[in-house]
Amino acid sequence: MSVASHFSYWITILLMVAGLYIVIARGNLVKKLIGLSIFQTSVYLLYIAPGKLIGGTAPIISPAFKIYSNPLPHVLILTAIVVGVATLALGLALVVRIREAYGSIEEDEILAADRAGGDSE
Amino acid sequence: MRGFLVLRVVAKLLMPFMLLFALYVQFHGDFSPGGGFQAGVIFAATVIFYALIFGLPAARQLVPEALVETMVALGVLVYAGVGVAGLLLGGNYLDYFVLAHSPVHGQERGIFWVEVGVAITVSGVMLKIFYMFAGRQRSAEDE
Amino acid sequence: MTFAHLPALEVVVPLIAAPLTVLIRRSAPAWAIAAAACSFSFVAALLLAAEVAAHGPISYHLGSWAPPWGIEYRVDALSAFVLVLVSGMATVTVPYAWRSIAAELPRDQVYLFYTMFCLCLAGLLGMTITGDAFNLFVFMEIGSLSSYVLIALGRDRRAQYASYQYLVLGTIGATFYVIGIGILYLATGTLNIADLAQRLQHVENLRPVLAGLAFITVGVSLKLALYPLHLWLPNAYTYAPSAVTAFLAATATKVSVYVLLRFYFSVFGLHLVSVTLPMPEILLVLSIVAIVSASLVALYQTDLKRLFAYSSVAQIGYITLGMSLTSRAGLTASVVHLFNHGITKGALFLLLGGVALRAGRTGLDRVHGLGRAMPLTSLGIVIAGLSLIGVPGTAGFVSKWYLVLAAIEAGRWWLAAFVVATSLIAVAYVWRFVEAAYLSEPDERTPEPGEAPLAMLLPAWLLVAACVYFGFDTSYTVEAARRAALLLLGAAQ
Repeated sequence: MSVASHFSYWITILLMVAGLYIVIARGNLVKKLIGLSIFQTSVYLLYIAPGKLIGGTAPIISPAFKIYSNPLPHVLILTAIVVGVATLALGLALVVRIREAYGSIEEDEILAADRAGGDSE
Repeated sequence: MRGFLVLRVVAKLLMPFMLLFALYVQFHGDFSPGGGFQAGVIFAATVIFYALIFGLPAARQLVPEALVETMVALGVLVYAGVGVAGLLLGGNYLDYFVLAHSPVHGQERGIFWVEVGVAITVSGVMLKIFYMFAGRQRSAEDE
Repeated sequence: MTFAHLPALEVVVPLIAAPLTVLIRRSAPAWAIAAAACSFSFVAALLLAAEVAAHGPISYHLGSWAPPWGIEYRVDALSAFVLVLVSGMATVTVPYAWRSIAAELPRDQVYLFYTMFCLCLAGLLGMTITGDAFNLFVFMEIGSLSSYVLIALGRDRRAQYASYQYLVLGTIGATFYVIGIGILYLATGTLNIADLAQRLQHVENLRPVLAGLAFITVGVSLKLALYPLHLWLPNAYTYAPSAVTAFLAATATKVSVYVLLRFYFSVFGLHLVSVTLPMPEILLVLSIVAIVSASLVALYQTDLKRLFAYSSVAQIGYITLGMSLTSRAGLTASVVHLFNHGITKGALFLLLGGVALRAGRTGLDRVHGLGRAMPLTSLGIVIAGLSLIGVPGTAGFVSKWYLVLAAIEAGRWWLAAFVVATSLIAVAYVWRFVEAAYLSEPDERTPEPGEAPLAMLLPAWLLVAACVYFGFDTSYTVEAARRAALLLLGAAQ
């Protein structure tokens, strides 16, 4: 139970917190999306790392091997990666349209424009 | 990049091999790392590569927008169609066991068509995203 | 043969309808496909609910892989009830969208609206029906991603920013959920919800399980807009196209409530949730704050859509309030309110869509004298508003009644008094509409006399009628909710 034996967990937590911090602390919409992606990446690691057994091989049954890694997390995370890509693409598309509508991708400027614009469309 | 003769020639030389590699990744996915997702991305990357060298209009001529949209929908339909085929042959939804005479062959056949569907949709979506973003950049600059 | 496959077809039919609408690329056939798919899902959901009521839960093995290895679709009393609500709302919204969306979107984008609508429906139905925790995440994202697009379709540029905000918060919510599932998977080695519940009882080190519970709670709470995490909701509901607001308000948050119920009672069990951790107390406090603060904020809104969006946050508070009592009566109230509030809010937002179409916007200043200009629409809003308050004879009354009963049964008289007292705030904000529509003279901003198109008015009034009908005939809703509550508590003990 040393720090090194839980290396992957430390990295996971670091990425998780860093990503979330960027989402909250940055006002730039693209940077927020980058933070979101980092946050999601930490989940990939959370699933994948425990699935690996040291000395384990790909789970294709063969008499030469006895220990296999768990393939399920990989499959799950493949799905999660696709979801992440879709989210990022959609988020960026929205940012492009926001930029065209507001002329800015800074959160405070957009909010100020909305407040100044008031009810006008 | 019209002037760069070397790039243009090399690109044309490389593209068949990239497409071939996409097909290899697609069909060898049963025995080695690979499959529809990766193959679809490689296929889309080929077209994007073409667009980078020869320009977006040329790429749009090669793979028209309408075709890309059709691919997006078609792949999902192929995937769902495999599921429905399982239903029609008396199994549950997405049941591959009933797709051929022996269950193992059924699994192989089911996965094959599912991966075909995935490859079509993934390459369609990748191209669509690229076309959308690249096309928008151009129209924003014109203003 | 087909009947046995209804659980799969319930989700697959709208899922297949989505790419079909893309292939066709024209709005009229796309609308027809979407309408057919939604109606099919609705009929299938009704059949499934009847089957479950008669013969107990249905388990469907996707790809014939037996659970816990394969993905299982599971229909029981609770999920069947939610399926009926979601698919029913979709079936009402699609005919409405025919005119409403044509007025709000450029012509060449209309077919894409139906694509996204079908995907969103498939996602929400999938979340409800699946018996696999990770599959639930996938469906959650299918539903969420398509709803981000649907919201961004709003005409106002603020719709895009609202959609972006929802995207960021919704993704954080879904990611929290999937972190929670990951931790549970590490602790138990399974993703099947029923199997998870079994194995959790034998886990010795509870700490990771509690962390998983915390992550899932926060993630799902973001999705269901529980009080401090509701910030995305008002903007998203205000600027989305009318049909989208009505559909999402009636279904999206409700399905998330379902997920929370499922995890609290079916997976973690009452002991873990209420004894090891004080979740009911936390929920109780948050619900009370949600009801009071969101109702008060609603009072001061100048836009009707935004006003009722805040009221949604408050009404979700009532649902979680019922949950926090963790008794049979409380859960019954919670599930009944989930349904009744769904149809009430659906009716309100559909009618407001008509106002938006005729008046251009839904500001309170636009509806002066609306009672004369659009009598049917105004009357509908008032009736649905009464249901929102919980006046006897409407659906809202039934759920408030059971909530008060549950509070009294738990010996918390003050809570019963609180539910009644806060309904008065609802009276106040509904009164603001009545005052503007009936007691003010029409001015130049009031639309010309004339109703919304029949294609929009009929679906809306169908829901208004449902609000009244379920206020008198409670046999279906309350019976279904009672069975659902029994199921939840039965699994918990």
